[in-house]
Amino acid sequence: MPAETSTVAPLPLKEQFTRGLDAPICLTWELTYACNLACVHCLSSSGRHDPRELSPAEARRIVDDLVDMRVFYVNVGGGEPMLRPDFFDLVSYAVERRVGVKFSTNGTRLTAARAQTLAALDYLDVQISIDGATAVTNDAVRGAGSFDAARQAMDNLAAAGFGPFKISVVVTRQNVEEIDALAAMADSYGAQLRLTRLRPSGRGVDTWEALHPTAEQQRRLYHWLVERPGVLTGDSFFHLSALGQPLEGLNLCGAGRVVCLIDPVGDVYACPFVIDRQFLAGNVRDRGGFPGVWRESPLFTSLREPQSAGACASCGSFDACRGGCMAAKFFTGLPLDGPDPECVHGHGEEALAAVAARGDRPRAALGHSKVRPDGTPVPVPTPVRLRPAGRA
Amino acid sequence: MSVTDAATDAFASGRAWRLHPQVALRDEAFGALAYHYGNRRLVFLKSRTLVDVVSALHEYPSADDALDALVPEAQRPAYCQALSRLAASEVIDAR
Repeated sequence: MPAETSTVAPLPLKEQFTRGLDAPICLTWELTYACNLACVHCLSSSGRHDPRELSPAEARRIVDDLVDMRVFYVNVGGGEPMLRPDFFDLVSYAVERRVGVKFSTNGTRLTAARAQTLAALDYLDVQISIDGATAVTNDAVRGAGSFDAARQAMDNLAAAGFGPFKISVVVTRQNVEEIDALAAMADSYGAQLRLTRLRPSGRGVDTWEALHPTAEQQRRLYHWLVERPGVLTGDSFFHLSALGQPLEGLNLCGAGRVVCLIDPVGDVYACPFVIDRQFLAGNVRDRGGFPGVWRESPLFTSLREPQSAGACASCGSFDACRGGCMAAKFFTGLPLDGPDPECVHGHGEEALAAVAARGDRPRAALGHSKVRPDGTPVPVPTPVRLRPAGRA
Repeated sequence: MSVTDAATDAFASGRAWRLHPQVALRDEAFGALAYHYGNRRLVFLKSRTLVDVVSALHEYPSADDALDALVPEAQRPAYCQALSRLAASEVIDAR
């Protein structure tokens, strides 16, 4: 999250955050598991709508809870959130109550007419996901036609006078080489570039090894980011802060402490990248609702206690990277109190080699991926059916 | 988002200021979270006194007057600097 501090006597603010706040600073809310794409790195293994998804009334109750908890904004995703039939009603309900909405979309449903509807709303940010500066690079990850659909959505937002939308890129081994072209794409629209870290979550468990940037690419990415503080990162590259000066942001893992995930069926997880029973805190349908889960779940309580640095305790960079990303460790089979798989000092690679030698690599959960009648997964990426521009 | 020296120099503590109308504060043990609904910036106010100053700016003819009334003399330069950073991120604006 973009953040800055204003202080007089420097207080250990980072410590305050690691001990958790009474309400999240912001949270991710995935509205549906339905998706018309099948990205190979989808962190929520989305595809099929889940019949247990929250009703419009239940979704509005969550907004009411966020108002009561004084949460300023929510990151809305999916699945493809625009596939939810009450998407515009829900977004309007939130922003009218000053719960800002930042939503991520693949753009396939962002027609010219819908772009105008969005442009008329206050407190609304749109992030168009695109994973390459070229169709070849992007479509290999997000599916045939998805590049053109995302560009059409950007054109529609620009034509509607939406203002500075965001172009959201998950950094991979392939697209990191196109990073300057992606920045130029953003500039051409007056848009903001947002880069986030590829996590081995969801379907990414199976694709991370082939897609994650090399150590050398990560070093170059770090310096590229240091020179461009205006590029948004959602605080996701804090493991790279061990390379030198800290990157913009809080530079800590906020899971269950200052952020969390509400998934489409109301399950509350510590963060968007750990959709797994081990990180399930509760459900918004439980007694006490979302505020009860946030404040009282045993999982979140334990995450807010002092954590062991484990194998990283003796490393001089621990204060900078805090051991990296919990999700990245979990889904690559590494201990949570050890190095991040992409540790800049190479400790992650050693640990990964040990996991591989034991044959302990976790397997991807199918989650809500689309399956054939015989139960096998539909191969990804799948072709996308594009809707002509201008049609609602 | 670093604050440039130019922006710091430009802070006119002799002028009248106020909490920006598009900014919401959320009290926290350490001070407050401040969120600007216009520029979408999230700022941490890291002391209770700073929250009190920011919240009361509109009651004083100048930022200096607010600092004189609410902050011990020895700490005023530091708080003035904090206000200049808040002005640069538009948490407070001149009225």
